[in-house]
Amino acid sequence: MTGLDTKARFADPDAAYRAIIEAHRGLTESESAELNAALVLILANQLGDMAMLHEALVLAQRSIKGLRDPHA
Amino acid sequence: MKPAEPFARFAYQRHADQARAKPASYPVVIIGAGPVGLTLAIDLKLRGIDCVLLDDQDRIGEGSRAICFAKRTLEIWDRLGCAAPMLDKGVRWNIGKVFQHEKLLYHFDLLPEPGHKMPAFINLQQYYAEKFLVDRAQALGVDLRWLNRVVGLQSGEQGACIVVETPDGSYSLDARYVIACDGARSPMRSMLGLEFMGEQFEDQFLIADVRMTAEFPVERWFWFDPPFHGGKSCLLHKQPDDVWRIDLQLSPDADTEYERRPEVVRPRIERMFGHGDFDLEWISVYRFQCRRLERFVHGAVIFAGDAAHQVSPFGARGANSGVQDADNLGWKIAAALRGRSGLIASYDQERSQAADENILHSTRATDFIAPRHKAEARFRNAALALARQTEFGKRFVNSGRLSTPTTYMASPLSTADDLPWAAGPTPGAPIPDAPLGNGYLSEYLGQGFALLHWRGGGEALYVEGLPMIAVSDHDEALIARFALTPGAAYLIRPDRHVAARFHNPEPAALAAALNKANAA
Repeated sequence: MTGLDTKARFADPDAAYRAIIEAHRGLTESESAELNAALVLILANQLGDMAMLHEALVLAQRSIKGLRDPHA
Repeated sequence: MKPAEPFARFAYQRHADQARAKPASYPVVIIGAGPVGLTLAIDLKLRGIDCVLLDDQDRIGEGSRAICFAKRTLEIWDRLGCAAPMLDKGVRWNIGKVFQHEKLLYHFDLLPEPGHKMPAFINLQQYYAEKFLVDRAQALGVDLRWLNRVVGLQSGEQGACIVVETPDGSYSLDARYVIACDGARSPMRSMLGLEFMGEQFEDQFLIADVRMTAEFPVERWFWFDPPFHGGKSCLLHKQPDDVWRIDLQLSPDADTEYERRPEVVRPRIERMFGHGDFDLEWISVYRFQCRRLERFVHGAVIFAGDAAHQVSPFGARGANSGVQDADNLGWKIAAALRGRSGLIASYDQERSQAADENILHSTRATDFIAPRHKAEARFRNAALALARQTEFGKRFVNSGRLSTPTTYMASPLSTADDLPWAAGPTPGAPIPDAPLGNGYLSEYLGQGFALLHWRGGGEALYVEGLPMIAVSDHDEALIARFALTPGAAYLIRPDRHVAARFHNPEPAALAAALNKANAA
């Protein structure tokens, strides 16, 4: 059983994605990383659940591993 | 800066044991007269146990070192009859301020819960705490031997023999138990060849004691990245005698000889205070570690305090946890000497759990205060930025979580609840103090087990050999704090942790719980 919902939760995922991208427009690499750090903390607090946070971290780790090694 | 002088000096005295052909034998020999060894020696003395306390120095050193003594430590020292001078001398504070750059991020008020005899904590230089403990130990007639350095050890399951070097040459002592309270660099640990496992932190910290008579608020100030010490952290704490304690983070590669020079330290502190009207009393540089022994009990040799586990200083968990080691060990040693040796294993189990908890908290604080790489620093700064605007952001900020006593989970001495409780300290938890009658619960408890009981209109409970503390209907705060129902009882251990609790205590169940708590 998983606590983290991996089905699409936004009625309009394109709009949500776009909002995140727009927030990063015009930022330097370092400003962008700062924004992400703040965003991660805000969203983690919104989750407010250690088990779900762990699942999210594992999913993120697995996905970037897949990015580096497409055969993984 | 004046040349360092010892805070107090004690005379070496030749002891009759040094002339004996055969080694003298004692139930307990304690090595190291720091806060932990002194606490344990006083505890054992009050339990009527003959012990010898050895120290390789003849003085209490200069420098504040441990400065923050938490409520639990004060409660233990109160039980041992030496909290009063600590409270008289110590500084109390409630307001903490957290700064980033030159700006105040937020401030907090500890708003201590009323109805406790002891404050949440006091600031007091370790040398004062040690002096008051020595005074108490001497008043009780503890056999304290200065300039007695342990240089040899032979130990087994049933006892140990140590070789002690003195200005008059060496002599030997036999002991059923040897308690190593000989500090972070523990020679006893080396003599047994024991590994101290854990991590060493890269960053170094410079600590300075500064005497300043100018007006300055009695508050704890913590700076992240202050203008007077760019990119690093700084902590300012008030101590008695107009002494301020400053902890400054240094880079891992900082030249410590250069950094500790008064002409380098002074300008930073001038910028911090906004004036130069102060004297430097003591400067020291340290690199800290979070390490522990895998086991605290090695046959007849038992480790306590920094000798057993070491934490970073953020959270005041060093001396405080060491005093709690002594508190946990004293009654168990006394009982073990009467044949209940099973209790000693529970010391290892319970205090190991406490050490892990303290290492966890102090490591987390260290990671926040001294981020190890760029991404960590970015998260830290994001949390600080969010702290300006949000409650949850403040909760992420970690400048040290202050020491609280550990709840012993799954302790072999605890009896699980037979029925659900709405609240109150669980089996294994430290009991909170509470108003009782015209005083406090902590004043009613002695050195042994006790039963806390509220009749609530029913029959009074009686268990032979178990002192009973009767709660009356008027002790509402206590009833609420312990979630007592009419007729309920708590079985309280000598170190004031809960052994068991019952809504409807039966004598047989209480006797069984008492046996379990005695590892009988």
